[in-house]
Amino acid sequence: MMNGGRDIDLAQLAKQRAQRYRNLVLLGRIGTLVIFLGLWQILTDLKIVDPFFFGSPIGIVKRLGDWFVNGTAYGSFWYQIWVTMEESILGFVFGVLAGVFFGVLLGEIPLLSDIMTPYIKMVNALPRIVLGSIFVIWLGLGLPSKVMLAAVLVFFVVFFNAYQGVKSVDRNLVAHARILGASRLDLVRHVVVPSATSWIIASLHVALGFSIIGAIVGEFLGAQHGLGLVISTAQNNFDTNGVFGAMLVIGVIAISAEGLMGLAEKRLLAWRPASANDGARNSI
Amino acid sequence: MVSNSTSGGDIVLEGVTKRFVTPTGQAMTAIRDVNIKIGAGKFCAIVGPTGCGKSTTLTLTSGLDTLSAGTIHVAGRPVMGITPGVGFVFQNDALLPWKSVIANVAFGPLMNGIPKAQAMEKAREWLATVGLTGFENHYPHQLSGGMRKRVQLAATLINDPSLLMMDEPFSALDVQTRAIMTNELMNLWEQSKPSVMFVTHDLEEAIAIADQVVVMTVGPATVKDVFEIDLPRPRGAIQDIRFQPRFLELYKLIWNSLREEVERSYAMAAAKRETA
Ligand SMILES: Nc1ncnc2c1ncn2[C@@H]1O[C@H](COP(=O)(O)OP(=O)(O)OP(=O)(O)O)[C@@H](O)[C@H]1O
Ligand SMILES: [Mg+2]
Repeated sequence: MMNGGRDIDLAQLAKQRAQRYRNLVLLGRIGTLVIFLGLWQILTDLKIVDPFFFGSPIGIVKRLGDWFVNGTAYGSFWYQIWVTMEESILGFVFGVLAGVFFGVLLGEIPLLSDIMTPYIKMVNALPRIVLGSIFVIWLGLGLPSKVMLAAVLVFFVVFFNAYQGVKSVDRNLVAHARILGASRLDLVRHVVVPSATSWIIASLHVALGFSIIGAIVGEFLGAQHGLGLVISTAQNNFDTNGVFGAMLVIGVIAISAEGLMGLAEKRLLAWRPASANDGARNSI
Repeated sequence: MVSNSTSGGDIVLEGVTKRFVTPTGQAMTAIRDVNIKIGAGKFCAIVGPTGCGKSTTLTLTSGLDTLSAGTIHVAGRPVMGITPGVGFVFQNDALLPWKSVIANVAFGPLMNGIPKAQAMEKAREWLATVGLTGFENHYPHQLSGGMRKRVQLAATLINDPSLLMMDEPFSALDVQTRAIMTNELMNLWEQSKPSVMFVTHDLEEAIAIADQVVVMTVGPATVKDVFEIDLPRPRGAIQDIRFQPRFLELYKLIWNSLREEVERSYAMAAAKRETA
């Protein structure tokens, strides 16, 4: 009773301190960026580093502005962004679906996985980027070859995690569900897949990056549209600012996608106990 | 597969042996030549030193695992695959962590083809029975250990099993809750009379609720003694019965049998420590 007031004071103080710390972090981040960009700009302005090779922040902004306003040689810049995003998204979706399906299938049927393991390891050991060339030959310069490459890159990441997730299902839970009358299919749906979900979700972050890499590399290898083509054209013209500019756009896309996935993850894994560093959200 | 409150069939284990392959690749005998006979609708308690093979015996009877030798018959039929009508309260946590409490309890009925609304209604009633009304939408990790155990009880009993395996179901409960749950279990058992195999480390509990107490030896376990508990039923509150003279007599008898095994189990563990 007596120290009720002091408790409130303490809580208030802790809150203030946390707020001050957050402000400091934010300030530090902005500061780092300003110093980095400032130095880059000044050093290239003074020709201490060659702007031809290193571009400059203002040059990049101008380049991007030009693209957004006047478009590129092969259509509006927005369209290039959309093409790359479409390829990544389709590649991501197909890759994830196939990865989960085959991961669960092989995880559930040991004979099948024993038969397939050496081949899967072999294909996985290949530098899969070279498959892009084959896909271009097979599927042409359009969208399908890029989707295929992105999907293959995504597939392996998701597949291995899904497989591992299925393998590490708690046998106790399986026994419990079987006793309660679950059929094989019920087990997969209610026990195996939910249990593998945290493994699968962990792989999706890496898979997302791979889907974008797949699309861009595919465009590099031969395309009529897309950010990869924008970059390779800029590269051929020694347009350093162009390469950096396109990179920046890709970065923004990747970060936004990552954010969306964070939201999806929170929904899918709502049942999980809060981890140590977000415990504050659940407790008072 | 849900039985209509019919009383359970008899359980007969004959010469049951189970061997496991240990992580080092050796064969390890968990139980050997176990013979147990449990009459239809009878309550059998199993006691024995830790690690001797009690859980294994239940796992085999429920059909979750296969025998290395011997036979098990339930209601006259040999066990093959999950025994029909069986319920199993596991020693370890077995709730599905991604399902809410109510979804966990309704899981059994849903798996048996009962319509969703009906299953939910039934689940709600069972949650009330185990005293967890208001926790329907919690996830298992948001409950205490004792609460989780009670959810597990509800999730098992909701299927109205005719054959009930209970592996130390009350060990995570505090003394008061334990007494309440035990009395509740006895009431339910008197109503639908399933055949029960009940593993416990608490000899008082075993004598108070069972028709028959099986004492197992140290591993590889076999049946050492079987004691018929001839205390009249209904026995009323568990808390009162343990002062009756017959109870004390039985307690002394069974404890003498069990103590030998427990002491041997500790002696063996100590010997192993020295050689290691
Ligand atoms: N899947 C398994 N693989 C290998 N060994 C096992 C397996 N399951 C159980 N065992 C072994 O069988 C023996 C008996 O185990 P069990 O779980 O039946 O003992 P218990 O009597 O239930 O013990 P407690 O009272 O501690 O629960 C133990 O030595 C254990 O190591
Ligand atoms: Mg056990």
